[in-house]
Amino acid sequence: MTVAESAAQPRATLEILRSGPLSLIEDLGRPGLAHMGVSRSGAADRRSHTLANRLVANPGEFATIEVTFGGLTARVRGGHQKKVAIAVTGADTDPAINGVPFGTNSIHYARDGEVITLGAPHSGLRTYLAVRGGIDVEPVLGSRSFDVMSAIGPLPLAPGDVLPIGEHSDEFPELDQAPVAAIEDGVLELMVVPGPRDDWFTDPDVLIRTNWLATNKSDRVGMRLVGMPLECRWPDRQLPSEGATRGAIQVPPNGFPVILGPDHPVTGGYPVIGVVADDDIDRVAQIRPGQTVRMHWSRPRRPFEDTA
Amino acid sequence: MSVSADLMDANAKGAVPVMIRDYGDHALLLEFDNTDEVLAWTAAIRDAELLGVLDIVAASRTVLIKLEGARYQLPTRQRLARLHVAAASADASAPADVRADVQIEVVYDGPDLDEVARLTGLTTDQVVAAHTGALWRVGFGGFAPGFAYLVGGEDRLEVPRRAEPRTKVPAGSVGLAGEFSGVYPRESPGGWQLIGRTAADQPALWDVNREQPALLTPGMWVQFQAVG
Repeated sequence: MTVAESAAQPRATLEILRSGPLSLIEDLGRPGLAHMGVSRSGAADRRSHTLANRLVANPGEFATIEVTFGGLTARVRGGHQKKVAIAVTGADTDPAINGVPFGTNSIHYARDGEVITLGAPHSGLRTYLAVRGGIDVEPVLGSRSFDVMSAIGPLPLAPGDVLPIGEHSDEFPELDQAPVAAIEDGVLELMVVPGPRDDWFTDPDVLIRTNWLATNKSDRVGMRLVGMPLECRWPDRQLPSEGATRGAIQVPPNGFPVILGPDHPVTGGYPVIGVVADDDIDRVAQIRPGQTVRMHWSRPRRPFEDTA
Repeated sequence: MSVSADLMDANAKGAVPVMIRDYGDHALLLEFDNTDEVLAWTAAIRDAELLGVLDIVAASRTVLIKLEGARYQLPTRQRLARLHVAAASADASAPADVRADVQIEVVYDGPDLDEVARLTGLTTDQVVAAHTGALWRVGFGGFAPGFAYLVGGEDRLEVPRRAEPRTKVPAGSVGLAGEFSGVYPRESPGGWQLIGRTAADQPALWDVNREQPALLTPGMWVQFQAVG
């Protein structure tokens, strides 16, 4: 192909036909900006995001589409030899190309004009759609992630959006299909590192003795749980705000824990009773409203002197 | 208290002993008695460029060090124990030769101006004079993109937060809380005592399309000026 022909060839795009309840562009976020008040953000289920990229031979930091509760429909335009490599991971939404179903966690090709559809998830909450070359929108502060709390980054997808797909090398994907453990649809068990403020509670072990219920008041900022309320030892004392991480379990005055998500505020003023072990944080992103969550200390909690 | 993994370490002579707590399995929380210690340690940790440190989150009494993975938690503890941080100067007010990096024009007509006067025992004019009379230093960010906690301005202006936070604080509101002053970068809920608002022609505290999105970054000196 001559240079002129190459330049004339339009780049591959994804045209959003339906966006479902919430479809966001996410990558691995923007770490290191806490001094500006900016949280890392990025894919809620990093493991599924990274796997989707790997299946289409993208580096892990390329942007994918994070689809919450399914319902995304998108048309492929252009592409290398008029086709685009795609992979869908995370919650299984019966993905299909022009109505022909294909499996999650494996690589597929969508041709120019074909339509990718995601249904509703059977279990889990968030699905990741990766395209070879990545979703190549303009980065904001070094990332293509949308932060729902700060409203930084590419806006939530809407029908009519046309997303550019990035260039890619000719290297062939290494992986056809990846073995992935099924997403729990029953009770989800999480390991929690105690503290740093477990001593603020009359009985912090209520956290691990309670069957918590995930509520629908949950988003990328935090997952709200209800159950047996945790009682603060010093209801009149105020903790000065301190830095927070995703996975931190904050307990506001109502006693119901909130597990902070990727778009959490940089600092928080409620005591953190424990922090979900890093290995389990991605699983929090797949908890559905109504699902039961049980927690376990990942190490012994040192008893504190009862000064109440 | 999960003191099992806590460490008290008085390192070099005259240095500040620091309490370090595990914060999950890939972060450490350092606790201090005052904001000056926080700022001294934040600067020292940043300068030390410790391996595996992803982000440093300063707050009024703590510094959270976020790590790239669990394997950095113990080595970072050990490196922090060897870090020499001189005891912070007790006086955080501006040295005589310092000039303001940023001047912010403020209309002092905030809904809590009278309440601040009552709490401080000053007249409203004296509150304005105190707020504009000293240089404030940007201690750290947090709360929201572009929000800066300003320190070291004026002890007489220390007031508690409002008992009932407002659900909507307009962008540009200038407030006081505890030892801090700050300007709300955008409309948000907030519990600070509002004494004024930035004048209409002032640059935005936060503009993601600007080369430096945050107008105020840690270490800058800020002077408020009364207008209108």
